Amino acid sequence: MRRERAPFAIVLLAAAGAAFFVLPLLGLVVRTPWGDAPRELLSPAALDALRLSLVASVSATALALLLGVPLAWLYARVDFPGRSLLRALTTLPMVLPPVVGGVALLLAFGRRGLIGAWLLSVGISLPFSTAAVVMAETFVAMPFLVLTVEAGLRSMDRRYEDAARTLGAGRWRVFWRVTVPLIAPSLAAGAVLCWARALGEFGATITFAGNFPGVTQTMPLAVYLLLESDQQASYVLSLVLLAISVAVLAGLRHRWLGTA
Amino acid sequence: MTLEAAVQLRLGALALDVELSVPAGEVVALLGPNGAGKTTLLRALAGLVPIERGSVRLDGATLEDSATGTYVPTEKRPIGFVFQDYLLFPHMTVLENVAFGVRSRQTAMAWVERVGLGAFAGARPSQLSGGQRQRAALARALAPDPRLLLLDEPMAALDASARTEVRRDLRRHLSSFPGVRLLVTHDPLEAVALADRLIVIEQGKVVQQGTPAEVTERPRSPYVADLVGVNLLRGEARDGSVTMDNGQAIAAAGAASGPVFAVIHPRAVALHLHRPEGSPRNVWRGRTDAIEVAGDRARVRVLGPIPVVAEVTPASLAELRLAEGTDVWLSFKATDVSVYPA
Amino acid sequence: MAAAVLCACGSTGAPADSLTGTLNVFAASSLTDAFKGLGSAFERQHPGLSVRFNFAGSPALVAQIEDGAQADVFASADTTNMDRLLTDGLLAYDPSVFAHNKLEIVVASGNPKQITSLADLAKPGVVYISAGPTVPAGKYAAQVLREAGVTVTPKSLETDVKSVVAKIELGEADAGIVYVTDVKAAGSKVTGVTIQDADNVVATYPIAPVKAATQLQAADKFVAYVISSEGQAKLKEYGFLGA
Repeated sequence: MRRERAPFAIVLLAAAGAAFFVLPLLGLVVRTPWGDAPRELLSPAALDALRLSLVASVSATALALLLGVPLAWLYARVDFPGRSLLRALTTLPMVLPPVVGGVALLLAFGRRGLIGAWLLSVGISLPFSTAAVVMAETFVAMPFLVLTVEAGLRSMDRRYEDAARTLGAGRWRVFWRVTVPLIAPSLAAGAVLCWARALGEFGATITFAGNFPGVTQTMPLAVYLLLESDQQASYVLSLVLLAISVAVLAGLRHRWLGTA
Repeated sequence: MTLEAAVQLRLGALALDVELSVPAGEVVALLGPNGAGKTTLLRALAGLVPIERGSVRLDGATLEDSATGTYVPTEKRPIGFVFQDYLLFPHMTVLENVAFGVRSRQTAMAWVERVGLGAFAGARPSQLSGGQRQRAALARALAPDPRLLLLDEPMAALDASARTEVRRDLRRHLSSFPGVRLLVTHDPLEAVALADRLIVIEQGKVVQQGTPAEVTERPRSPYVADLVGVNLLRGEARDGSVTMDNGQAIAAAGAASGPVFAVIHPRAVALHLHRPEGSPRNVWRGRTDAIEVAGDRARVRVLGPIPVVAEVTPASLAELRLAEGTDVWLSFKATDVSVYPA
Repeated sequence: MAAAVLCACGSTGAPADSLTGTLNVFAASSLTDAFKGLGSAFERQHPGLSVRFNFAGSPALVAQIEDGAQADVFASADTTNMDRLLTDGLLAYDPSVFAHNKLEIVVASGNPKQITSLADLAKPGVVYISAGPTVPAGKYAAQVLREAGVTVTPKSLETDVKSVVAKIELGEADAGIVYVTDVKAAGSKVTGVTIQDADNVVATYPIAPVKAATQLQAADKFVAYVISSEGQAKLKEYGFLGA
């Protein structure tokens, strides 16, 4: 890069932009009652929320892997009628307001929903359950996984799969022993993105799954509710979520920021 | 054991229409310019590209036949394929790569040692040199004991210094392989060094077949003529002269008649400042077009009634004060024109 | 203050007065329908003024005001939440109680699960939900259940009482305990099951202008209007009990 003196106006605007991002994070770090933090973190409500968030987000990621990798494979490898439309629909949750996602889930899987009504007749009621939390999180987070894995599949050299086939490997063997290891970086990045998104999900969760400590009150919900009653506790939990986000970003920085 | 194939397919701008028969006893090289369809043909034989019309039979067994709808998938064909950039699985060691197509690790290890990579069995492909990777790819393809070995530009990925030694090794491994061997190359040196028979493919069609000697002595296409470095003309022979399509004729010794190829080696073409006198029966005036000096040789392309390339020494070039675009006379003897049926 | 009261009382005409701009009223969500009605009437009396509402659970509104949200008037569904602002010195003057409310069980239209009493809420197969413990409706509901000796765990703790009604309407939950006014406002979309007075609690609704109001005069007039006989009559239309 040429050494260039930056024009004043640009520096000013850029500094404002930087401050816009940095100040809130700084505020959170500074205002958190560090002394009380351990006690708040170890309170039953916080531990419940933390445990539930971890269990739900990991489950959501596992579900996303199970359903999303085959979907990504279809998009990347098979040209079928309606592919673009389907792809657009399954990407929609990424830009859809999460609350809208929650409403949509209710209309499909709620007790009177399209599928939910039938589920109820066989004794399965989803709203207000931890399963509903997992569903809400999967709904909003899976597109991240699908897109990342699809990109990985498209960019890999498919001749490696040809080579494996000439060596006698059937489709399963080609997939597990050659394709998956070759797209491992995309797979990992997609899973981490998906997990981080699932962890932070709020709107769809509170609308579809409801709010009850230990069952459906994930960390973001806990933070929101604690703001009304115990602000210090909400700062502490917010800081935990912030720390996790920073860790995710640090781990994926090579992929996103392109520098060390 | 023979490979018999008739392959017709279309891929992008390429229209491939080739018939070939390769017995196990000889190494056959598919030679041709880039884009001729050689790699596509190889992939079609491996079952990686669908054949629109035709069939592939190996040792009597039908691998593919468009007439009956038979198609044996790639993984079930007894083939070994060495790809152009080897495509060794980067996440596996050399031994694991070679073992990919076989059950027994012992067999794999035996092959690793046979190609001289025993010390590198635990290394990753990224840690090997180009020549070592080629050997690993070969071992990997041969370990499952295939009956047809396909090699796509086996030496293209190597730099010049590695080539000679690798070529020697490859020749040795090819001769000890009992099955059908078919390789693809655009490098004539490689073709001549490795193959017993050449099949020249241009724009999806076979233009010439034969031993390397036959092909180089009697080129049948401008591509081969270029490779060999001779002038190739095509025309109608009668009574000691050959007439081209544009009406020009040259004197040629030999009793051929009918459609023929005529080959004149550039060294046989002499250049003069003025009309030469004496015996050469083919004389005309032309204009120099391109001049290439390489070491102790200079090749001069002369435009005229028939475009021809002449080879002279750099000293002659200077003596004749030849530059691009100067008028010059050229001559060659009828006896220097080699004529054979087209 | 007296002059303000004189102006607000009994005028159907539109006296040209000095009130202009926007009045921001933060009110508990159970006041949604009633206050919208009061707001329209107030606007007709003061044509230059427009009233804007922020309805949410009372604790959420308190948190917003404490964080500096621009509110002119605050109406809470219990005294506890109003007292938080009072002790923090965030009110213009002491609050006045302007209404009372009672609780009622709300169930899906037609009462398919045949709930007739508080005890029925604990029946197996009944999905009971409630507003959260810091929301007045939630507190009151818990109090009612406790005093009636009924033990039932809500499946979800909603952020305000209207969300409870919404989920009953959607069919996601079977029953909740909300205000009588909420059941009335939801009309035929739900069915109410009366809670006997002996078991019921009475909710107390205070109102006050906020100290940092930019429309202190309008806020004062609005509070007066709500307490006035006209305002009280309107509140009764929606099912509230008087001050």
